[in-house]
Formats: sequence, structure tokens, C-alpha cells
Amino acid sequence: MMFWDRSELVCQQVVELITDYLEGAMPRAQRRRLETHLAGCEHCGEYLEQMRATIRLSGRLGTHDLSPQMREDLVELYRRWRAEP
Amino acid sequence: MSLSLQLPNLLLAAAAAVVGRRRQHGAGEEEAQLLDALRAGDEEAFVKLVDRHQATMMRLARSFVRSQEVAEEVVQDTWLGVLRGVERFAGRSSLRTWLLRILVNRARSAGVLESRSVAIGDVEPAVGSARFDAGGGWIAPPRPWVEESDERLLAESLAGPIWEAVEELPARQREVLMLRDVDGLTSEEVCAVLDISEGNQRVLLHRGRSRLRQALETEMGGAR
Repeated sequence: MMFWDRSELVCQQVVELITDYLEGAMPRAQRRRLETHLAGCEHCGEYLEQMRATIRLSGRLGTHDLSPQMREDLVELYRRWRAEP
Repeated sequence: MSLSLQLPNLLLAAAAAVVGRRRQHGAGEEEAQLLDALRAGDEEAFVKLVDRHQATMMRLARSFVRSQEVAEEVVQDTWLGVLRGVERFAGRSSLRTWLLRILVNRARSAGVLESRSVAIGDVEPAVGSARFDAGGGWIAPPRPWVEESDERLLAESLAGPIWEAVEELPARQREVLMLRDVDGLTSEEVCAVLDISEGNQRVLLHRGRSRLRQALETEMGGAR
């Protein structure tokens, strides 16, 4: 988009670029502009930290344990498969 | 930048690449052994694979179909497909990618929630435009909550609200977000499993994470 090219980034643009930034999917010049903005904008810095926290929190969601019934069903399925001709 | 500053970085990058390859190689070898055991009829190898992949499979299946019951059927059906196909599995992709692709195919034919999904082309801002002024600067900036969220997650009062927020995501955003951030797949794996482009994967991830951040902010009592 044209107004992203040379001018400074504004906060509303920064929040849309955060994922590209975290994914390392950003041309170097644009990344530099984003980092310049982040260095001078407390709120966008906070926003970035919140996105990082969001990812971290998702990663710590517990795994659903396999129910005993489902495990039994799957072992049964395995035995049936082995018995297939 | 001078050469003396660049050189250590280059060395570090090279070392990291070697370690990365070795790690991948190690995981691949263990997987190959498990697959050999499975082909030889080793029930324990099967149970090991089930334990390793079941949670991811259930979560993914659940996002395609209406009920827990149907999701369980899809997962069982997938395992049967894996067992029947294991002789032909050539290891060109990782086992996880292969079995999740089987799952997605079966889930899609089993009855599909995906039509509820928001089209990728639709504009959906990460943060509501009312929170910015005409120049694009914050009017209602994010209130700090990161520290509080760590404490609340430790106290386990946050896991429920996060799950609820994840479940409220449009299906395709939820699939990408769960695979990437909950189950820890790489972007390449997610693209292969869901058969989407790198760019679409990133858009869906961005929207899913942005919505989840907003839900967390609301949960933590911040501005809407």
C-alpha cells in the first residue's frame, strides 16, 4: 500500500504488521521502520508484548488427555487392522 | 557494519543451521523406527504414536465437525487410514503432516463447519478503528495486562476463558492458530496440512491472534 512506502508508520498500521514482524516475513526496510516506531511508541510496544503473551498463553493450554474409552477403542481398531487379510 | 562484527553472527547462524538439521534428523530417525515397528505389528509403537498425536488430531477434527462424537469417529477413521497406508508412506513429509492431511480430508467429507468461516479477502482490523484517531494514533491504547495474565494462568483461572475465545474464532483462523500456537507446528507444516498458501496462513494467523489478544484484554478488564 502506497502510504506504507516512505512515510513513518502510524499505530493503526503497526498493529496490522505485528504478525509479519513476529513471523520474520518482512522486507528489511519495513522492519526497520517498524522497529523505529516501536522504539518511540510505548503503546505499540505494549501491544507487541501482548501479542507475544497471547502466543505464549496459547502454547501453555493443557493438552486434552486421551479418554480411557477412546484409547481402548483405538487399540481395538489396531487389533482389527492386524487381523485384516 | 564491519566484517569483524558480521563474522560472529555468520558463524552463529551456521552453527544454528547444523544443530537444527541434526535435531530434525534425530526426530526423523526415531519416527522411522516407530513406523518400522508399526509395520511389523508392534502394538506398543501404535499406542506411542496415538499418545503423541491424539490431542492435536482431536482438536483439529473438532474444528471441522459439529460434535465430539463425530470428531472421535473422524480420528478413528484417520488412524485406520494411517494403518492401511503405512506400507506406502514414503516419508517425504513428516509423519505428523501426513496423518493430519489424512484427517483433514476425512473431516472435510464428514460434515463441515468451515462454511461459517470469514473469507480471507474480508477486511477485519486487528484493533477496532474507533480506538485510533484520524491520524492512526492510539486514542484508547492497550492497557497493560501481560504480568497479570502470567499470574492468572499459573492460578489456572485463565485457561477456561482462553479456550472459549479460541473456540469462538472463525473455523479457519482457529485451525491455523491451534496448529501453530497450541500444537507448535511450523508454518510450512500448517500450509501442507490445510493446503493453504504461506500468505493465507499468515493472514489467518494474524486475525486469529489479534482476536485472541482482544479477548484477553477484555477478559482482563481492559478497554474494548
